[in-house]
Amino acid sequence: MALHLTPRDSGAITVVDASGRITLGDGSANLRKTIRQLVEEAHCKIVLNLADVDYIDSSGIGELVSAYTAVRSKGGELKLLHLTKKVHDLLQITKLFTVFEVYSDETAAVRSFG
Amino acid sequence: MAPETKHLEVTLETQVESVNLAEEMCLRLAEAAGFGEDECYRIGMSVREGVINAFHYGNKEKPEKKIHLAVDLTPDKMIIHVADEGTGFKLSDVPDPLAEENLLSTSGRGIFLMRAFMDEFDVVPARTGGAEIVMSKRLPSPGSPEANGNGSGGHGSAPHREA
Repeated sequence: MALHLTPRDSGAITVVDASGRITLGDGSANLRKTIRQLVEEAHCKIVLNLADVDYIDSSGIGELVSAYTAVRSKGGELKLLHLTKKVHDLLQITKLFTVFEVYSDETAAVRSFG
Repeated sequence: MAPETKHLEVTLETQVESVNLAEEMCLRLAEAAGFGEDECYRIGMSVREGVINAFHYGNKEKPEKKIHLAVDLTPDKMIIHVADEGTGFKLSDVPDPLAEENLLSTSGRGIFLMRAFMDEFDVVPARTGGAEIVMSKRLPSPGSPEANGNGSGGHGSAPHREA
C-alpha cells in the first residue's frame, strides 16, 4: 500500500496525516519529499499523524529520523501522533522513543509547541 | 518415515520490487506453516530487512548481481537464507544502532531488527562469494497463542508512553 501524506494547518502548526506503509522505495521517498517541501516553505512545526500507518521498515525508520533532523536543523520540531501498536513497538525497541516526542491526542500535540 | 523438510529457493533481481516480493512469498509460507499474525509480521519484516541488506549493502544496488532467497520448513522451524553477491561482512563490524551516538543515524537498523524478531540469526560466507543471512523461527505448537488465528497483534492501541 502506497504512502499518502496530507498536510493541513492547525494554527501555526502543520499536521501531516499519513496513511499506508513507510518502507523502502516510494513510501520513504514520499515522506522525504513532503517534509523537505514543508521545511522549504518555512513550515517547521510539524505533527506527523501516523494513525493509519501500520508498517514501517528500517528504511522508513531512517526516513523518520532524517525528517526529524531536517526539521530541527531549521529550528523547528517534528512530533509524532497516534502510533499504531506495531509502530509504537518498533520505536521502542530501536530506542527512538527517547528521541521523538509522541502524543496520543492531537490537541495536546499541537499545544505542546507553545 | 522421516518427517519431511520442504525447501523453496528463488533467485531475485537486485531491485526494490524484490523486497516486497520476498516478503510476500515468505508471509504466505509462514501463514501456511501455522504462524499467527504477530509472528508472520516479524518473519515478513525480517525477510524484508534481509533482502534490503542484500540489495543495498551486499549487491550495492548493481542490477547484474542477484539475491538468493531460500526457505526450509522443517518439522520444528522455518529457516530463511538470504545470500548476496557482494564482498561479505562480519557481524562484529556492524555498529550498534542503540548506542547513543548512532540513535540519529538514518541507516543501520536492519540487522538489529532481524536479530530482535527471529529466534536464531547468523551471517556466514555465501557460496556466491558474498554474505548469507541465516535466520529461523520455531514453528508454533498447535493451539498455542502463537498459532494461526490467535495472534494478539492489533492496530490503533494507545501508546504506552506519551510526551
